[in-house]
Amino acid sequence: MAQRAWVGTRKGLFELIDQGNGWSLQTVHFLGDPVSAVVVDGNDGTVYCALNLGHFGSKLHRLDPGLRTWQEVACPAFPEKPIDSDDPLEWAVQQIWILESDPLGPGGSLWAGTLPGGLFRSIDRGSSWQLVSSLWDRPERREWAGGGYDVPGIHSICIHPSQPERILVGVSCGGVWVSDDGAGTWRLSAQGMRASYLPPPEALNQNAQDPHRIVGCRADPKTFWCQHHDGIWRSNDGGATWQGLDGISPSSFGFAVAVHPADPDVAWFVPAQSDQCRVPVNAAFVVNCTRDGGRTFTPVSAGLPSEPSYDLVYRHALDVDGEGQKLLVGATSGRLWASNNSGLGWQPVPIQFPPIYTVRIA
Amino acid sequence: MATVIFTQHLARFLDCPNQPVCAGSLGAALDEACRVNPNLRAYVLDEQGHLRRHVAVFIDGRPVRDRRALSDLVAPDSTVHVLQALSGG
Repeated sequence: MAQRAWVGTRKGLFELIDQGNGWSLQTVHFLGDPVSAVVVDGNDGTVYCALNLGHFGSKLHRLDPGLRTWQEVACPAFPEKPIDSDDPLEWAVQQIWILESDPLGPGGSLWAGTLPGGLFRSIDRGSSWQLVSSLWDRPERREWAGGGYDVPGIHSICIHPSQPERILVGVSCGGVWVSDDGAGTWRLSAQGMRASYLPPPEALNQNAQDPHRIVGCRADPKTFWCQHHDGIWRSNDGGATWQGLDGISPSSFGFAVAVHPADPDVAWFVPAQSDQCRVPVNAAFVVNCTRDGGRTFTPVSAGLPSEPSYDLVYRHALDVDGEGQKLLVGATSGRLWASNNSGLGWQPVPIQFPPIYTVRIA
Repeated sequence: MATVIFTQHLARFLDCPNQPVCAGSLGAALDEACRVNPNLRAYVLDEQGHLRRHVAVFIDGRPVRDRRALSDLVAPDSTVHVLQALSGG
């Protein structure tokens, strides 16, 4: 059966298809426009694409099942900022950073995380949006800091596969926040994370943590993996506590992480040298994989560039399919690699893309 | 009547024909001009009603000064250009 993937780039959305002989280009959408997030609703196949137009702001488009024409729908927007507010942030969406749909559907919610750090929910397939004020109004939100951008942002939204009222979000830089009641109330949940680059009193401040990306295992919803600014963490208790993993070679710095949907012990990362030097270690581009829950890691280079490589992978540019077999990893260089054997080996996809921001395997 | 002229750059995304508008503040002029298309306003202004950072607006050839409250005056024979700023490209 043919599989589809969506590659969001600096200059358009590229729809790929794999009919059993590798990925090829099917259609280019929004050519020339920056794509900041994509999600495919697994319940009905609707595709949502967020644009970050350089001049005209964030926009959201929806492609309904069976159609070939996109429809512009409402974009998440903050309410009017109170005139007496002392919040230094502009209450204006700069960018949709992540889109996610409820796994239980149809009729589930669509979620968006933005820069600045707003969480938004739509219950009508993007036709209207509501700011999740229970998180936005938390006093701790005022202490969030920029990470990757000048303003803080929400980049990860993990919805429990069978209990959609349980939601975990990751904030750069604002730690991990969990709700057990459908976003009615929230608690900070980054215990165990560490930011050793901050002064000592702040290093263990849960609200100051910079998780670059968090993903949850579909088959074991208590397991989360986090690529953090300061290394790699895992949670085995639904995000209540986090255990850091040490001694990872070639590096524990990076942005992206993916977890096997059926095996919580299998996860993939794309290491970079360090915060100060965001390129592959020794110019050798690898995908790092653990298959034993993080006890050991194996850097895989088979099929990846053998020549010196300076590719960097952004936090949303690594994805795994629903079977845990096919992966795609895309780089800021515009190069894309595919694996069809759970990351044991890779092949280049023979298209030179614009800089890749996000990858989704449908 | 004054006239609001939208950059053809915007026509890539939505219909935005030139619009005759009444004299008054820039905010009122843009409100009136954006009625032609319900999506147009969000391309020019953010949700707080401020000019988007990388949108440039000129009244009779002069860049507007008040990009937040949009209080610059549009005269009865003014021409308002809504353009993409080079900074956002």
